[in-house]
Amino acid sequence: MEAAARKKTNAKPAKLGREVQARLGQQLRAMYDEVVGQGVPDRFNDLLNRLDGNGNKDRQ
Amino acid sequence: MPIDESVRKAVLGAVPSLRAFAISLCGNVDRADDLVQETLLRALANIDSFQPGTNMSAWLFTILRNHFRSEYRKRRREVEDSDGHYADTLKSQPEQYGQVEFREFREALAQLPSDQREALILVGASGFSYEEAANICGCAVGTIKSRVNRARTRLAELMNVHSAEDFGPDEQTRAVLAGGE
Repeated sequence: MEAAARKKTNAKPAKLGREVQARLGQQLRAMYDEVVGQGVPDRFNDLLNRLDGNGNKDRQ
Repeated sequence: MPIDESVRKAVLGAVPSLRAFAISLCGNVDRADDLVQETLLRALANIDSFQPGTNMSAWLFTILRNHFRSEYRKRRREVEDSDGHYADTLKSQPEQYGQVEFREFREALAQLPSDQREALILVGASGFSYEEAANICGCAVGTIKSRVNRARTRLAELMNVHSAEDFGPDEQTRAVLAGGE
């Protein structure tokens, strides 16, 4: 992860095996989906309600 | 500003994915939520410029991404090098990003150049096509493809993974579980 890995950046990247790519892709999606699975926090529902309710007082 | 019901639905429907993208950009849940909120405010203030029938989610991602680029990166550069700071943020607050289990992966992801990271997330996690990702990032399709390829290669290097056997038993189990969709 440190200096050794960083040096490799300049080397020509080897083609990744399909299985390695698939595994990395699964980890990426699992991490992302963990956040997606949290749904919509209240603050965003509240925000839209507030904006919607301000319809008549819109000063812009 | 009365909000059309269909707009409201589409916007709220995009929030979970926008948050996941924002967290991947800035590495901090609280800042990510602020970023999403600012994105929604901008989007609703400019809802007339949204073309009905086009992808609302992609439109919101574009706004979020551009806003992040113009505001947050500028602000952060004043403090210190952005990618280094991002990595530090993740290391000091692993619990904010989610559970500890993807720690090694997250740390590797944090070390990618930000343009590679965002391309990888948009294509590999958000589910956008290369064309949509190129539109969101304002670059050519070929550029997105090469960023995604470089990101994958670099991730494998950082995690020292060269073949499927290099994933530890835990990772293998997780991969199987995660792949059950």
